[in-house]
Amino acid sequence: MRRLVRWLFPHPALAVMLAVIWLFLRNEITPGGVVFALLVGVTVPVLTRRFWPERTRIRIGLRLVAFLAVVVWDIVIANFEMAWLVMFRRSRDLRSHWLVVPLDLEGADAIAMLTATLCLAPGTVASDLSADGRALLVHAIDVADPEAEVARIKARYEAPLRRIFA
Amino acid sequence: MKTFAEIVVSVLIVVGASAALVGSWALARFPSLMTRLHGPSKATTLGVGGCLLASAIYFPVFGGRYSAHELLITLFLFLTAPVSAHMIAKTHLHCQGRRLDPNPADGVQEVIPPTGREADWATFQAPEKKAQFGPPSSR
Repeated sequence: MRRLVRWLFPHPALAVMLAVIWLFLRNEITPGGVVFALLVGVTVPVLTRRFWPERTRIRIGLRLVAFLAVVVWDIVIANFEMAWLVMFRRSRDLRSHWLVVPLDLEGADAIAMLTATLCLAPGTVASDLSADGRALLVHAIDVADPEAEVARIKARYEAPLRRIFA
Repeated sequence: MKTFAEIVVSVLIVVGASAALVGSWALARFPSLMTRLHGPSKATTLGVGGCLLASAIYFPVFGGRYSAHELLITLFLFLTAPVSAHMIAKTHLHCQGRRLDPNPADGVQEVIPPTGREADWATFQAPEKKAQFGPPSSR
């Protein structure tokens, strides 16, 4: 019985998320819609289980909310810095650098989350991962001190993610 | 209430449109692919985010209709924008690192730093497939 439940729900959180997204897409709550949403939520994780061999554990709580708030705030602030760079900095004065961020994070999903965060936050684009998954190559468009920037990324984004993905 | 909502919506639209404009301008003026990549992947976040937030405020207040679609568009954009930026960067690294690109920029061949570990960057060295991404039974 437990094996059946595990087979039907390889990723319970994914199932709930898919069902909610389906309801949002429908934009109305009807009995038929709810049934279909549940059907989508159950079948899609079962059909795609091969792509998600590991069950990721995410602690949904204050820490996650705080992390998301920090990211949104950084995106807004850094967008204005970026706009300033685009309009008033000459191209040859750009201090663009390749940064290597050594990772303490483990797990494909946690690293994917960090990569996405770095790509969304203006000023940095995560370009590559080392083949053993322990270092991240980041392109920064304008930093004065590359080492300080690496330390900032590790303290501001990686440390909270390590506590969220446990 | 409606006047206040109108002010908020107009500010959001202007901010979002300006961000999109700056992103396009960055695409036009920066010198190399890696620096240009910084422009448009940001325009989506604040630019589209601002416009969608404006839409999410406007329709409930003036149309009397709630819609979750803006939320979903934001979610999908934030999920997909980093993936495309990452893939473009990787393709660029590959073309320059293997000298397929006749126009060397960003100093990928010369300046790209070592990983500081035994393994090279994943673009230049395939990861051990079975160890990480195989089905559970084969591990």
